[in-house]
Amino acid sequence: MSALAASPVLVPLVTVVLTTLTQKQPRLQNFLSFLGIALFFGCAIALVQGAHRGFPVQAVFGGWGSPFGIEFFIDRTSAAMILITTIMGIASLVFMLSDADTEPKHPLLLPLLHGVLVGVGGSFATADLFNLYVWFEVMLICAVGLLSIGGRIDQLDSAFKYFVLNIFGTLLLLIAIGMVYAATGHLNFTGIAQAATQLSPWVNTLLIGGLMLALLLKAGAFPLFAWLPASYHTLPAPVLALFAGLLTKVGVYAVLRSMGDIFAPAPGVLYEALGWIAAGTMLFGVLGAAYHWDMRRILAFHIVSQIGYILLGIALASEAGNAATLFYTLHHIVVKANLFLIVAMVWRYTGDYDLRKIGGLYKAKPWLGILFLIPALSLVGIPPLSGFWSKLLILQEAIAQGRVAWTVIALLVSVLTLYSMVKIWMEAFWKAHPEPAWTEPVNTRLGPAFAATVFLAIITLSISLYPQPLVEYAQAAAQTLGVR
Amino acid sequence: MIWLLGLVVWIVASAGVYLAFSKDVFRCVLGLALMGSAANLILFASGRIDVMNPAVVPLGETVLQNAANPLPQALVLTAIVIGFALVCYSLTLALRLIQASSTDDLQALRMAEPVPTDSVKPPYNGAAHEPTWPGAQSLPPKEVP
Repeated sequence: MSALAASPVLVPLVTVVLTTLTQKQPRLQNFLSFLGIALFFGCAIALVQGAHRGFPVQAVFGGWGSPFGIEFFIDRTSAAMILITTIMGIASLVFMLSDADTEPKHPLLLPLLHGVLVGVGGSFATADLFNLYVWFEVMLICAVGLLSIGGRIDQLDSAFKYFVLNIFGTLLLLIAIGMVYAATGHLNFTGIAQAATQLSPWVNTLLIGGLMLALLLKAGAFPLFAWLPASYHTLPAPVLALFAGLLTKVGVYAVLRSMGDIFAPAPGVLYEALGWIAAGTMLFGVLGAAYHWDMRRILAFHIVSQIGYILLGIALASEAGNAATLFYTLHHIVVKANLFLIVAMVWRYTGDYDLRKIGGLYKAKPWLGILFLIPALSLVGIPPLSGFWSKLLILQEAIAQGRVAWTVIALLVSVLTLYSMVKIWMEAFWKAHPEPAWTEPVNTRLGPAFAATVFLAIITLSISLYPQPLVEYAQAAAQTLGVR
Repeated sequence: MIWLLGLVVWIVASAGVYLAFSKDVFRCVLGLALMGSAANLILFASGRIDVMNPAVVPLGETVLQNAANPLPQALVLTAIVIGFALVCYSLTLALRLIQASSTDDLQALRMAEPVPTDSVKPPYNGAAHEPTWPGAQSLPPKEVP
């Protein structure tokens, strides 16, 4: 029993309470919010250190003992995800100090943002299936709150669609959890893992299939991703970056946890199905991105497309596949959030998100162009950036297993990803601004925005140039998955 | 008994799905509430249901026999509370949505994703559905003495 295990929930939860109480004093609220995220970051570092030294932090609440009490168990996978969550929180909160698409600021914005972190942290920390459902609900409630808090009609519209489609997912998850409990008599991950070996393959397939349906909806996998590009682009930029980085990845993490850990090895047909779902997710996501001209919508479809790569790693059902999945997820969260933030800075300079209405930025702000290219080319997978290493790890394993079709689709999708990144580059940076009278605005407040995006770009560059520590960490994490 | 419960779940769930697919915003929300109830009933059934003995393990035994498992009932309570909060929220959201858009037809609600007018190019969403740009020159003009 360790109090540190509860910190991914407790620290942001206390921050939520404090920032709600101080909503009348914006300066104090902001200070407390930064204090909270800094403390959370410190705890996450301690969790990673503990997990990496081989002493994963564990807590079983209520004095029931494992596997009956609700358990928090933070192994290497969970700890890394929690650390990246706090990094995203810091980047998003710093970016919020700028004036690049951060208005209007509702007094409840910060409490809800930390509420999302509570849900995300709880989902990564917990080792109990029903508890996982509760954290998904916390995330959903805070997310719809953030979507509708602006009050613009399109925001309300997208909040409604997000809400309806996601509640389908949570209800499916609830039903699936009920089924798992009825069949195994356990909610604890270890308990389920031990009981599931006694079940017949048919029951096992049904149970995991039901669970996967719910979790894949949450992860934004084909063909259930319609809620994501329908709603994300109405959010203000820092919130959007946080959502893009974290929310779908919680779904992916839960898929990895169940298919790669709790139920591993699951029946082969499920991995086969997951692989084709992953291929479809990649392909249809990137095709949606190729169609759109609104930068936020292009990037929202790219979230879907990249989810496909991550799921492909899980579908390979091997230690190397799981390690590649973790590496890919960590790289992708940083890159994707950074792209959304940089695109908001483009908006601040040029006045629109639609590529047809903007341009001329390379002449005015060449450094912003370089800053954009780092995550953009990393997303595509150009060596030596971090996206190259993560795609290499996944495709190496796919080829080693003889999965030629999936590999070909993945490579084709990379080319299409390059197409839409080049589209943003050509239209926003290279071509002249369609309004000849356009001049770069002088009264911008982009210092914090540059701080946040350069910080994330430095993380990307350090993963790119020195990937070995993270690869080793991911491989060590994958070794502990599936051993229960 | 379990078959009866299954029948009830089936009726509630299909009514919920039917309503949720409706074009009307309020019906959609009610459908979600009904589907939530169906999910809760399924969760409830995952402990045994057709016995009325108290859920006490007799002295000297380690397994609960001939009594319903109380844990799913506790889970259902949690799920009911969460579901209630979500229904309350969604009713408020639906009300605001109808007030702001003066329509309750879900197919007319295309503010976030406008219907394409061109067969090739995506539509432009319009400045009303975008964040307000602080502008290039919003600094107060310098006063000339």
